[in-house]
Amino acid sequence: MTDLTISRRSLLKTTAAGAALGLAGVPAFSTRARAAATTVGFIYVGPKDDFGYNQAHAEGAKALKAMEGIELVEEENVPETVDVQKTMESMINLDGASLLFPTSFGYYDPHVLAMAKKFPDAQFRHCGGLWDKSKHPMNAGSYFGYIAMGQYLNGVVAGHMSKSKKIGFVAAKPIPQVLNNVNAFLLGARAVDPTITCQVIFTGEWSLAVKEAEAVNALVDQGADVITCHVDGPKVVVQTAANRGAFVCGYHASQAPLAPEKYLTGAEWNWATVYSMYAKHALAGEPLPNFTRGGLSDGFVKMSPLGPAVTEPARKQFEATLAEIKKGGYAVIKGPLKDNKGKEIAGAGKAFPETAIELESTSFLVEGVLGSTS
Amino acid sequence: MEDIGLWGVPLAILGGAIRVSTPFIFVSLGEAVTERSGRINLGLEGTLVFGAMAAYAVAVETGSPWFGVLAAMAAGAGFGLVHGWICSFPRVNDIAVGIALMLFGIGLAFFFGKPYIQPSAPPLPAIGFGDWSDIPQVRAALNVNVLFLFGAALALALWWGFKNTKIGLIVRVVGDSADSARAMGLSPTTVRLFATAFGGALAAIGGAYLSLYYPGSWNERISSGQGLMAVALVIFARWNPIGCFAAAMLFGGAGALGPALQSVGVTQGYYLFYAAPYILTLLIMIATSSPGRQLAGAPGELSITK
Repeated sequence: MTDLTISRRSLLKTTAAGAALGLAGVPAFSTRARAAATTVGFIYVGPKDDFGYNQAHAEGAKALKAMEGIELVEEENVPETVDVQKTMESMINLDGASLLFPTSFGYYDPHVLAMAKKFPDAQFRHCGGLWDKSKHPMNAGSYFGYIAMGQYLNGVVAGHMSKSKKIGFVAAKPIPQVLNNVNAFLLGARAVDPTITCQVIFTGEWSLAVKEAEAVNALVDQGADVITCHVDGPKVVVQTAANRGAFVCGYHASQAPLAPEKYLTGAEWNWATVYSMYAKHALAGEPLPNFTRGGLSDGFVKMSPLGPAVTEPARKQFEATLAEIKKGGYAVIKGPLKDNKGKEIAGAGKAFPETAIELESTSFLVEGVLGSTS
Repeated sequence: MEDIGLWGVPLAILGGAIRVSTPFIFVSLGEAVTERSGRINLGLEGTLVFGAMAAYAVAVETGSPWFGVLAAMAAGAGFGLVHGWICSFPRVNDIAVGIALMLFGIGLAFFFGKPYIQPSAPPLPAIGFGDWSDIPQVRAALNVNVLFLFGAALALALWWGFKNTKIGLIVRVVGDSADSARAMGLSPTTVRLFATAFGGALAAIGGAYLSLYYPGSWNERISSGQGLMAVALVIFARWNPIGCFAAAMLFGGAGALGPALQSVGVTQGYYLFYAAPYILTLLIMIATSSPGRQLAGAPGELSITK
């Protein structure tokens, strides 16, 4: 059950583990009282080793494996359809899961909501921030992280490493969260050199391997020499950029193993913080928070270790900025600031820290970003 | 890197045509052979994805991308044989079997491909036709993979072969009139079985190109429907192998248009640019169709034309 898509390689392993689980179910052989264990279910929309969104969640789930009293069930490649309801139902009924993390954005409405109504004793926490106290069941909830600050730090390193003063961003869709990341990446670079520009290319889909590769080629052809992205699986972007000789900054999880020489740093989710917090509450029998958010300073987001190519001045400014951010309250979007059509976003003295509610409906690209949202 | 400005657009279209077209070339050539024999195999998308997985897995295990391509061809031929075998029974609909095999191929590729998402496979070699140039962008655009060249040669060979060889004649006769073929002492079922297997092997090479060269990694969403589009390209190309090659190039180039235009600052309406290949196909289909006559060049035995 932990792994529906059984590979040849792991078949033996899984069978062995299955046998062990079977034994654990028999009271005489059980090392842990079954009643005391909390079973936690994780559901992923893609493979959990995709070097991206799903891997970030799976790494967070792994942190729970070490916790006493927690049983983990996971399922990959669950589409955002009624399939995810079936998965949740079987995790609750067959595996005895009492806490579920359906991690993909599209799982929430209507699937998580329907299951939360159907199983009032189980707890559902969904990644994305969609939970609304006035409308949604109290056994559901949302958690999310502010990762734009990570892209800002990516930008700081990119600003130092770019020789052409042109950096590139491969983006999926022009939604607020993606636009915040693009803006932060450019503003980070501009904190180093205010003449830097960032070219953004929207592919229109969260996962479109060939178009992502084409986008990287087009960016490099136009002179961009540091590339980052916001797509579900950054693997293709990182590999293509490194092959073309450009530096890359990662996203979601660490892609350093794919391009050890060209990888500078990356904005990674640190979901272990969130998941172990929920697990501790669940084990202690306390109510789980319905709404959780945090950024770099809360340990929800982390940076990949700096790569070997990063120069000393870049390292210094990166570390200084990181220390500043960790104090809390740091604002990337602050006045005077214009968007790339010349309209004023923030007047002098006005600042939007990452927690600002305005940033959840961002629809602009800041001055210096070459691109358009439609 | 030099600033090439607007020259980036034609260069990207050329480079994109070369980079992106190869899977289209192989799948459409394979399908052209199958359809010329009078059968439609809609399952090539599944064959393509399975070929991508098989090539990647074998390349990881053996360290040689060429063994990967061979493995993909064998697997693709296997899928083709299954399709041909099932369709050899009376009153079996080849389109329905194709759709079933497409889903089967994709599912099987996910099943076996799980452990190969993380490892890196050795890529297929490319030849630098742009090495004469000092401009890095030109060198990158003209970095041509050997499979692309093989595909171009194969298109020519098939075009010549259909006209001038006995095998070509046999395939065409079976595709145009099964009765005439039987009168000549040929077995349409056997010919179609091999034609479908051949088509499957070619489609799987297209998959190998995806996973071993461009974009060059295996994951479950590596193909965004290239296999299905290539089947449509065959009709667009009127079952002519040279036409398949040209249509694939056109599709590849048009696909590169969206990112390239955004990179030079034409950013409004990029969704429309992404639709360019499909709009182009629609326009050409409308321009060349006629209510009065059958599709020119269509094999007479195809279930869609009967």
